[in-house]
Amino acid sequence: MIIIGEKINGMYKVVAKAIQAKDKSAIQKLAEEQVFASADYLDVNTGPASANPVEAMEWLVDTIQEVTDTPLCLDTTKPEVMEAGLKKCKCKAMINSTTGQEEKLNAFLALAAKYGAAIIGLAMDEKGIPQDAAARAEIALRIVTAAMEKGISLDDLYIDPLILPVNVAQPTAGHVLETLRQLKVLSDPPPKTVLGLSNISQGTEERELINRTYLVMAQGCGLDAAILDPLDSQLIDALITADLLLNKNIYCDSFLKAYRKK
Amino acid sequence: MPLELVKEKWTGKINEVTIGATKGEGGTRTSKIVVGGETGLPFLHEEGEMPHRPVVAMEVWDTAPSDWPEVLAAPFKEVMDDPGRWSKKCVEEYGADLLALRLQSAHSDWGNASPEKVSEGVKKVLEAVGVPLIILGPGQDDRDNEVLPRCSEVAKGEKCLFGNATQDNYKTLVAACLADGHSIIGESPIDINIAKQVNILISDMGFPLEKIIMDPTTGGLGYGLEYSYSIIERGRLAALGAGDKTMALPIICRVGQESWRAKEAKAGESDFPDWGAVSERGPLWEATTAVALLQAGADILVMRHPRAVESVRKTIDSLTRKNPLRDSAETLD
Repeated sequence: MIIIGEKINGMYKVVAKAIQAKDKSAIQKLAEEQVFASADYLDVNTGPASANPVEAMEWLVDTIQEVTDTPLCLDTTKPEVMEAGLKKCKCKAMINSTTGQEEKLNAFLALAAKYGAAIIGLAMDEKGIPQDAAARAEIALRIVTAAMEKGISLDDLYIDPLILPVNVAQPTAGHVLETLRQLKVLSDPPPKTVLGLSNISQGTEERELINRTYLVMAQGCGLDAAILDPLDSQLIDALITADLLLNKNIYCDSFLKAYRKK
Repeated sequence: MPLELVKEKWTGKINEVTIGATKGEGGTRTSKIVVGGETGLPFLHEEGEMPHRPVVAMEVWDTAPSDWPEVLAAPFKEVMDDPGRWSKKCVEEYGADLLALRLQSAHSDWGNASPEKVSEGVKKVLEAVGVPLIILGPGQDDRDNEVLPRCSEVAKGEKCLFGNATQDNYKTLVAACLADGHSIIGESPIDINIAKQVNILISDMGFPLEKIIMDPTTGGLGYGLEYSYSIIERGRLAALGAGDKTMALPIICRVGQESWRAKEAKAGESDFPDWGAVSERGPLWEATTAVALLQAGADILVMRHPRAVESVRKTIDSLTRKNPLRDSAETLD
């Protein structure tokens, strides 16, 4: 499983404050903590409140890269903010994200091709988030086709079937699992899959329990990557154990520790 | 239409481990050996690099091995009671570039020698030859723990490879190797899960994974070799394909010890007249076992009979050429 750490997001107060005050150490601490907790990528989101998102993105990327060479997953809906971040990235970045809407898709795929970045494609379009698995797969196929036309390797394309809070749209959890299975037979090779995990438990009690239960279910359906909180050690333990049970890693008595050494 | 080879892409790399330290590096060795560094499966030169060829370590005992069959003992008869002379013979006559000194005299059934006495043997060998050394305890936990720390101390700075650490007995040897700058062998009983666990246990003591070599234990040809083969191969696939750093370690196999246990290697001609000359059978059994393990991914083969050693070395020569088919065709011309 590819772990994308979600903590550097301007929606969190501590991050918003740090961006405003140009407090490097607060951001760098979050970066280092997540890397230590097995994050393979760090999500970087300037947040909705940022007055100058281009400048904020550049500052965040520079600040993080001062302390780690872990690749970054740049999280913005604005192409100009995305490009500003991509220019600063020293490692292969991930673009988070495009939708299936044509104009947006073209703009972001062009950026992925130009900067050699991986890209997340959300299974939604101008009509919004689809109701069922078949409609999600249909949009995914559109994104896959467009990516192939742009010469982007399907190893670099991550489809996000879009999970919704379980207390808002309960049937979605099942639709998304079904979509994950369908995506694996969509093309050969298939695109990779990713979920913004924490969304499933938004506004609920027992958030951590819901997150880790759903993550394990999704892993069983072939999920390749998740944007999540790596500092939730029980969540990471569950992720490691599910990978083990799926025979992705060789068992040993200290398998939790072994994964973290990996 | 030209034939397009299917090539696997690998992302991992096996650690490189150096055995031996020269004068400039704080030791007294005249040469050193580097093993590992592979970025693909063995000898598939189109798929990955194999920067260091696999090596043969000739086995030397610190006491005359009275149970070796005649065919195996014959080449060493004159020197068997002197590990210094035995080592010299291996290097000068048989071209060994690495030796594995087995401290059998410390075994409770083989004399139960004191740490002082055993370490004298180690010193003798270090003085007699300039090649790097692998130093192996007798394989009894209590005796290993008494004898190996003293031997590690007298070889301090020589960057030897010491063995074997096991799941139930590793702390003493790890501490000694850490203090004296040696590498270490982690042994597991033909069990991939324990192989991985031993690496974690050793590295948890602050010993770098980059200085551990795995001994997965093997049977000789016909005696469980295929289990070791699968384990070595599966470990490699995890290291190269899934990026498992806890399995990205070079492999050592005790080929000689296991091959010469086989009945086929040593049974007399009068008992099995159809099996052919006993003088040929043993060395062939040992060489065949070795070559199979090379294909699995072994980096160091600990071997005994000079003829088996020579033939395996030739096999390594041909397998490490970039294009063995074309090169052998040229040789035929």
